[in-house]
Amino acid sequence: MAKSNKPIFWGLFAAGGTVTAFVTPALVLITLFAAFGAGMDMFTYEAIHAFAAWWLGKLIIFGVILLSLWHAAHRLRVTAHDFGIRADTVVAYVVYGLAALGTLMTIVYLLRI
Amino acid sequence: MSERQIQLEVLRYNPETDSAPRFQTYAVPCLNEWVVLDALNYVKENLDPTLSYRWSCHMAVCGSCGMMINGEPKLGCKAFIHEYGDSIRVEPLAHFPIERDLVTVVEDFIAKLASVKPYLIPKEDKPVSAGEFKQTPAELMKFKQYTLCINCMLCYAACPQYGLVPEFVGPAALALAHRYNQDSRDGGRDQRQEVVASDEGVWECSFVGACSEVCPKHVDPAGALQQIKVASTIDWYKEHLMPWVKK
Repeated sequence: MAKSNKPIFWGLFAAGGTVTAFVTPALVLITLFAAFGAGMDMFTYEAIHAFAAWWLGKLIIFGVILLSLWHAAHRLRVTAHDFGIRADTVVAYVVYGLAALGTLMTIVYLLRI
Repeated sequence: MSERQIQLEVLRYNPETDSAPRFQTYAVPCLNEWVVLDALNYVKENLDPTLSYRWSCHMAVCGSCGMMINGEPKLGCKAFIHEYGDSIRVEPLAHFPIERDLVTVVEDFIAKLASVKPYLIPKEDKPVSAGEFKQTPAELMKFKQYTLCINCMLCYAACPQYGLVPEFVGPAALALAHRYNQDSRDGGRDQRQEVVASDEGVWECSFVGACSEVCPKHVDPAGALQQIKVASTIDWYKEHLMPWVKK
Protein backbone atom coordinates (compact mmCIF):
# COMPACT_ATOMS: atom_id res chain seq x y z
CA MET A 1 0.00 0.00 0.00
CA ALA A 2 1.30 3.41 -0.92
CA LYS A 3 1.59 6.05 1.75
CA SER A 4 -1.06 8.73 1.49
CA ASN A 5 -0.47 12.35 0.50
CA LYS A 6 -3.31 13.49 2.76
CA PRO A 7 -0.82 14.79 5.37
CA ILE A 8 -0.34 17.95 3.23
CA PHE A 9 -3.94 18.97 3.69
CA TRP A 10 -4.38 17.44 7.11
CA GLY A 11 -1.27 19.27 8.36
CA LEU A 12 -2.75 22.61 7.25
CA PHE A 13 -6.11 21.54 8.69
CA ALA A 14 -4.64 20.64 12.08
CA ALA A 15 -2.47 23.76 12.31
CA GLY A 16 -5.41 25.86 11.08
CA GLY A 17 -7.68 24.28 13.69
CA THR A 18 -5.31 25.32 16.42
CA VAL A 19 -5.07 28.85 15.02
CA THR A 20 -8.83 29.26 14.56
CA ALA A 21 -9.49 27.85 18.03
CA PHE A 22 -7.10 30.26 19.76
CA VAL A 23 -6.71 33.32 17.53
CA THR A 24 -10.13 33.72 15.90
CA PRO A 25 -12.10 34.13 19.17
CA ALA A 26 -9.53 36.72 20.31
CA LEU A 27 -9.86 38.57 16.99
CA VAL A 28 -13.66 38.54 17.29
CA LEU A 29 -13.43 39.94 20.81
CA ILE A 30 -10.92 42.65 19.82
CA THR A 31 -13.06 43.61 16.82
CA LEU A 32 -16.08 43.84 19.11
CA PHE A 33 -14.15 46.09 21.53
CA ALA A 34 -13.03 48.27 18.64
CA ALA A 35 -16.62 48.47 17.34
CA PHE A 36 -17.75 49.82 20.71
CA GLY A 37 -14.93 52.36 20.76
CA ALA A 38 -12.75 50.74 23.40
CA GLY A 39 -8.98 50.94 22.94
CA MET A 40 -9.38 53.45 20.14
CA ASP A 41 -5.76 54.60 20.07
CA MET A 42 -4.68 51.02 19.38
CA PHE A 43 -7.24 50.45 16.65
CA THR A 44 -6.99 53.63 14.62
CA TYR A 45 -6.71 53.20 10.84
CA GLU A 46 -3.13 54.46 10.94
CA ALA A 47 -2.11 51.99 13.68
CA ILE A 48 -3.64 48.96 11.93
CA HIS A 49 -2.21 50.11 8.58
CA ALA A 50 1.24 50.45 10.11
CA PHE A 51 0.97 46.93 11.54
CA ALA A 52 -0.07 45.51 8.16
CA ALA A 53 2.75 47.39 6.42
CA TRP A 54 5.42 45.98 8.76
CA TRP A 55 7.00 42.76 7.42
CA LEU A 56 6.30 40.77 10.60
CA GLY A 57 2.73 42.12 10.68
CA LYS A 58 2.26 40.93 7.08
CA LEU A 59 3.64 37.51 7.97
CA ILE A 60 1.30 37.15 10.98
CA ILE A 61 -1.76 38.25 8.97
CA PHE A 62 -0.77 35.91 6.14
CA GLY A 63 -0.28 32.99 8.55
CA VAL A 64 -3.64 33.48 10.26
CA ILE A 65 -5.58 33.85 6.97
CA LEU A 66 -3.76 31.01 5.18
CA LEU A 67 -4.26 28.50 7.99
CA SER A 68 -7.89 29.55 8.61
CA LEU A 69 -8.71 29.17 4.91
CA TRP A 70 -7.13 25.73 4.55
CA HIS A 71 -8.67 24.59 7.81
CA ALA A 72 -12.13 25.68 6.64
CA ALA A 73 -11.60 24.07 3.23
CA HIS A 74 -10.73 20.66 4.67
CA ARG A 75 -13.49 20.96 7.28
CA LEU A 76 -16.02 21.60 4.47
CA ARG A 77 -14.67 18.64 2.49
CA VAL A 78 -15.24 16.32 5.46
CA THR A 79 -18.62 17.90 6.25
CA ALA A 80 -19.74 17.39 2.64
CA HIS A 81 -18.74 13.74 2.99
CA ASP A 82 -20.67 13.46 6.29
CA PHE A 83 -23.74 14.96 4.58
CA GLY A 84 -23.65 12.16 2.02
CA ILE A 85 -22.01 13.99 -0.90
CA ARG A 86 -19.88 11.24 -2.38
CA ALA A 87 -18.13 13.26 -5.12
CA ASP A 88 -15.03 13.68 -2.94
CA THR A 89 -12.62 14.57 -5.76
CA VAL A 90 -14.89 17.33 -7.10
CA VAL A 91 -15.52 18.68 -3.58
CA ALA A 92 -11.77 18.61 -2.86
CA TYR A 93 -10.97 20.57 -6.05
CA VAL A 94 -13.67 23.17 -5.28
CA VAL A 95 -12.85 23.79 -1.60
CA TYR A 96 -9.06 23.59 -1.98
CA GLY A 97 -9.34 25.76 -5.11
CA LEU A 98 -11.19 28.42 -3.11
CA ALA A 99 -8.58 28.22 -0.35
CA ALA A 100 -5.78 28.55 -2.93
CA LEU A 101 -7.53 31.55 -4.50
CA GLY A 102 -7.94 33.14 -1.07
CA THR A 103 -4.26 32.50 -0.32
CA LEU A 104 -3.23 34.11 -3.58
CA MET A 105 -5.47 37.13 -2.98
CA THR A 106 -4.04 37.53 0.52
CA ILE A 107 -0.51 37.61 -0.91
CA VAL A 108 -1.50 40.18 -3.55
CA TYR A 109 -3.33 42.46 -1.10
CA LEU A 110 -0.63 42.24 1.56
CA LEU A 111 2.11 43.09 -0.98
CA ARG A 112 0.13 46.13 -2.12
CA ILE A 113 0.03 47.64 1.40
CA MET B 1 -35.55 -10.39 42.99
CA SER B 2 -38.07 -8.70 40.74
CA GLU B 3 -39.11 -10.25 37.46
CA ARG B 4 -40.24 -8.39 34.34
CA GLN B 5 -41.74 -9.58 31.08
CA ILE B 6 -39.65 -8.36 28.13
CA GLN B 7 -40.50 -8.48 24.45
CA LEU B 8 -37.20 -9.47 22.91
CA GLU B 9 -37.17 -8.69 19.19
CA VAL B 10 -34.34 -10.62 17.60
CA LEU B 11 -33.17 -10.43 14.02
CA ARG B 12 -33.25 -13.87 12.42
CA TYR B 13 -31.51 -14.69 9.16
CA ASN B 14 -30.11 -17.78 7.54
CA PRO B 15 -28.51 -16.69 4.25
CA GLU B 16 -28.76 -20.26 2.91
CA THR B 17 -32.55 -20.54 3.19
CA ASP B 18 -34.02 -17.08 3.87
CA SER B 19 -34.48 -14.44 1.19
CA ALA B 20 -34.27 -11.58 3.70
CA PRO B 21 -33.68 -11.02 7.44
CA ARG B 22 -36.79 -10.77 9.63
CA PHE B 23 -37.53 -10.02 13.27
CA GLN B 24 -38.85 -12.64 15.65
CA THR B 25 -40.29 -11.60 19.00
CA TYR B 26 -39.92 -13.67 22.14
CA ALA B 27 -41.68 -13.02 25.45
CA VAL B 28 -38.94 -13.47 28.06
CA PRO B 29 -39.51 -13.38 31.83
CA CYS B 30 -36.37 -11.49 32.91
CA LEU B 31 -34.94 -10.97 36.35
CA ASN B 32 -34.05 -7.34 36.89
CA GLU B 33 -30.38 -8.25 37.36
CA TRP B 34 -30.14 -9.88 33.97
CA VAL B 35 -28.24 -8.64 30.99
CA VAL B 36 -29.46 -9.02 27.40
CA LEU B 37 -27.22 -12.06 26.96
CA ASP B 38 -29.12 -13.79 29.82
CA ALA B 39 -32.36 -13.12 27.97
CA LEU B 40 -30.90 -14.64 24.78
CA ASN B 41 -29.70 -17.68 26.74
CA TYR B 42 -33.24 -18.03 28.15
CA VAL B 43 -34.64 -18.04 24.62
CA LYS B 44 -32.08 -20.59 23.44
CA GLU B 45 -32.68 -22.93 26.41
CA ASN B 46 -36.46 -22.60 26.77
CA LEU B 47 -38.11 -21.14 23.69
CA ASP B 48 -36.11 -21.62 20.51
CA PRO B 49 -32.94 -23.74 20.28
CA THR B 50 -32.38 -22.64 16.66
CA LEU B 51 -31.35 -19.09 17.66
CA SER B 52 -27.65 -18.48 16.89
CA TYR B 53 -25.36 -15.98 18.61
CA ARG B 54 -21.80 -15.85 19.90
CA TRP B 55 -20.82 -15.62 23.52
CA SER B 56 -18.24 -17.04 25.85
CA CYS B 57 -17.17 -15.36 29.09
CA HIS B 58 -20.27 -13.37 30.19
CA MET B 59 -17.94 -10.83 31.85
CA ALA B 60 -16.82 -8.35 29.15
CA VAL B 61 -13.45 -9.99 28.65
CA CYS B 62 -13.75 -12.23 25.59
CA GLY B 63 -15.39 -9.70 23.25
CA SER B 64 -17.63 -12.31 21.57
CA CYS B 65 -21.15 -11.03 22.29
CA GLY B 66 -21.09 -7.69 20.47
CA MET B 67 -24.53 -6.91 19.00
CA MET B 68 -26.77 -3.95 18.22
CA ILE B 69 -29.14 -3.41 21.15
CA ASN B 70 -31.85 -0.88 20.34
CA GLY B 71 -29.62 0.28 17.50
CA GLU B 72 -26.46 0.80 19.58
CA PRO B 73 -23.38 -1.43 19.50
CA LYS B 74 -23.12 -3.10 22.91
CA LEU B 75 -21.78 -6.21 24.54
CA GLY B 76 -24.78 -8.43 25.33
CA CYS B 77 -23.16 -9.28 28.68
CA LYS B 78 -22.81 -5.62 29.69
CA ALA B 79 -26.26 -4.36 28.64
CA PHE B 80 -28.46 -4.55 31.74
CA ILE B 81 -32.16 -5.24 31.25
CA HIS B 82 -33.08 -2.61 33.86
CA GLU B 83 -31.60 0.09 31.62
CA TYR B 84 -34.17 -0.68 28.91
CA GLY B 85 -37.93 -0.53 28.51
CA ASP B 86 -40.21 -3.55 28.06
CA SER B 87 -39.27 -4.02 24.42
CA ILE B 88 -35.66 -4.62 23.40
CA ARG B 89 -34.52 -5.01 19.81
CA VAL B 90 -31.39 -7.10 19.17
CA GLU B 91 -29.57 -7.18 15.83
CA PRO B 92 -26.17 -8.39 14.63
CA LEU B 93 -23.31 -5.86 14.66
CA ALA B 94 -23.78 -3.26 11.94
CA HIS B 95 -21.43 -3.11 8.92
CA PHE B 96 -20.64 -6.85 9.01
CA PRO B 97 -22.23 -9.51 6.81
CA ILE B 98 -24.52 -11.95 8.64
CA GLU B 99 -23.44 -15.56 8.98
CA ARG B 100 -26.57 -16.65 10.87
CA ASP B 101 -28.97 -14.65 13.10
CA LEU B 102 -26.74 -12.57 15.42
CA VAL B 103 -23.52 -14.22 14.24
CA THR B 104 -21.51 -12.01 11.87
CA VAL B 105 -18.70 -12.77 9.41
CA VAL B 106 -15.57 -11.26 10.98
CA GLU B 107 -12.84 -12.33 8.52
CA ASP B 108 -12.46 -8.75 7.24
CA PHE B 109 -11.61 -7.48 10.72
CA ILE B 110 -9.24 -10.39 11.44
CA ALA B 111 -7.35 -9.71 8.20
CA LYS B 112 -7.07 -5.98 8.99
CA LEU B 113 -5.88 -6.74 12.51
CA ALA B 114 -3.15 -9.01 11.14
CA SER B 115 -2.15 -6.43 8.51
CA VAL B 116 -0.98 -3.91 11.15
CA LYS B 117 1.31 -6.48 12.86
CA PRO B 118 -0.16 -6.10 16.35
CA TYR B 119 2.72 -7.70 18.22
CA LEU B 120 6.13 -6.63 19.51
CA ILE B 121 8.78 -6.36 16.83
CA PRO B 122 11.88 -5.81 18.98
CA LYS B 123 14.44 -3.22 17.85
CA GLU B 124 17.21 -5.76 18.21
CA ASP B 125 17.38 -9.38 19.19
CA LYS B 126 18.27 -9.72 22.82
CA PRO B 127 19.29 -13.05 24.31
CA VAL B 128 17.44 -14.17 27.42
CA SER B 129 20.73 -14.05 29.31
CA ALA B 130 20.85 -10.25 28.74
CA GLY B 131 17.92 -9.88 31.12
CA GLU B 132 14.46 -8.41 30.90
CA PHE B 133 13.26 -5.35 28.99
CA LYS B 134 12.61 -2.69 31.59
CA GLN B 135 10.05 0.07 31.33
CA THR B 136 9.35 3.09 33.46
CA PRO B 137 5.76 3.81 34.58
CA ALA B 138 5.77 6.78 32.15
CA GLU B 139 6.70 4.48 29.24
CA LEU B 140 3.96 2.04 30.24
CA MET B 141 1.36 4.79 30.54
CA LYS B 142 1.87 5.80 26.90
CA PHE B 143 0.28 2.61 25.60
CA LYS B 144 -1.42 0.83 28.52
CA GLN B 145 -5.02 1.86 27.77
CA TYR B 146 -4.75 0.46 24.23
CA THR B 147 -3.79 -2.97 25.60
CA LEU B 148 -7.30 -3.22 27.08
CA CYS B 149 -8.89 -3.74 23.64
CA ILE B 150 -10.77 -7.05 23.51
CA ASN B 151 -11.37 -7.06 19.72
CA CYS B 152 -15.14 -6.98 20.19
CA MET B 153 -15.63 -4.87 17.02
CA LEU B 154 -18.19 -2.53 18.60
CA CYS B 155 -16.08 0.36 17.30
CA TYR B 156 -16.39 -0.96 13.72
CA ALA B 157 -20.17 -1.19 14.08
CA ALA B 158 -20.23 2.39 15.45
CA CYS B 159 -17.90 3.89 12.82
CA PRO B 160 -19.91 5.51 9.99
CA GLN B 161 -16.72 5.74 7.97
CA TYR B 162 -16.21 1.94 8.05
CA GLY B 163 -19.84 1.58 6.97
CA LEU B 164 -19.19 3.79 3.94
CA VAL B 165 -15.69 2.64 3.06
CA PRO B 166 -15.25 -1.06 3.86
CA GLU B 167 -11.54 -0.86 2.93
CA PHE B 168 -10.89 1.40 5.96
CA VAL B 169 -8.51 -0.41 8.33
CA GLY B 170 -10.67 0.88 11.19
CA PRO B 171 -10.44 1.98 14.82
CA ALA B 172 -9.40 -1.12 16.79
CA ALA B 173 -6.68 -2.29 14.38
CA LEU B 174 -5.17 1.20 14.10
CA ALA B 175 -5.33 1.76 17.86
CA LEU B 176 -3.51 -1.55 18.35
CA ALA B 177 -0.87 -0.54 15.81
CA HIS B 178 -0.47 2.62 17.88
CA ARG B 179 -0.23 0.54 21.06
CA TYR B 180 2.86 -1.28 19.70
CA ASN B 181 4.32 1.86 18.08
CA GLN B 182 4.20 3.58 21.47
CA ASP B 183 5.89 0.67 23.27
CA SER B 184 9.51 1.47 24.17
CA ARG B 185 10.48 -2.18 23.47
CA ASP B 186 9.18 -2.05 19.91
CA GLY B 187 10.96 -1.15 16.69
CA GLY B 188 8.32 -2.11 14.13
CA ARG B 189 6.72 1.23 13.39
CA ASP B 190 8.19 1.55 9.86
CA GLN B 191 6.69 -1.82 8.90
CA ARG B 192 3.27 -0.88 10.29
CA GLN B 193 3.30 2.55 8.64
CA GLU B 194 3.05 0.88 5.21
CA VAL B 195 -0.58 0.06 6.09
CA VAL B 196 -1.30 2.65 8.79
CA ALA B 197 -0.24 5.71 6.74
CA SER B 198 -2.01 4.63 3.54
CA ASP B 199 -5.25 6.17 2.26
CA GLU B 200 -7.20 3.19 3.63
CA GLY B 201 -5.33 3.46 6.92
CA VAL B 202 -5.60 6.33 9.34
CA TRP B 203 -6.44 8.85 6.59
CA GLU B 204 -9.90 7.40 6.02
CA CYS B 205 -10.81 8.50 9.58
CA SER B 206 -12.85 11.71 9.72
CA PHE B 207 -12.77 11.89 13.54
CA VAL B 208 -16.42 11.22 14.25
CA GLY B 209 -15.37 9.77 17.61
CA ALA B 210 -18.14 7.17 17.90
CA CYS B 211 -15.52 4.41 18.35
CA SER B 212 -14.38 5.85 21.67
CA GLU B 213 -17.96 6.39 22.85
CA VAL B 214 -19.02 2.76 22.40
CA CYS B 215 -15.83 1.05 23.60
CA PRO B 216 -16.83 -1.20 26.52
CA LYS B 217 -13.26 -1.16 27.86
CA HIS B 218 -12.90 2.65 27.78
CA VAL B 219 -10.13 2.57 25.23
CA ASP B 220 -9.91 5.79 23.20
CA PRO B 221 -9.27 4.66 19.59
CA ALA B 222 -10.25 8.09 18.22
CA GLY B 223 -7.51 9.67 20.32
CA ALA B 224 -4.99 7.08 19.11
CA LEU B 225 -5.89 7.80 15.48
CA GLN B 226 -5.39 11.54 15.91
CA GLN B 227 -1.96 10.89 17.44
CA ILE B 228 -1.14 8.64 14.46
CA LYS B 229 -2.22 11.42 12.09
CA VAL B 230 0.11 13.93 13.76
CA ALA B 231 3.06 11.49 13.68
CA SER B 232 2.34 10.47 10.06
CA THR B 233 2.11 14.12 9.01
CA ILE B 234 5.50 14.85 10.59
CA ASP B 235 6.86 11.77 8.73
CA TRP B 236 5.45 13.08 5.44
CA TYR B 237 7.02 16.51 5.81
CA LYS B 238 10.35 14.95 6.82
CA GLU B 239 10.31 12.57 3.85
CA HIS B 240 9.35 15.22 1.29
CA LEU B 241 10.98 18.40 2.56
CA MET B 242 14.00 16.97 4.37
CA PRO B 243 14.80 13.71 2.55
CA TRP B 244 18.38 13.90 3.81
CA VAL B 245 17.21 13.43 7.43
CA LYS B 246 17.51 9.80 8.44
CA LYS B 247 14.59 8.54 10.47
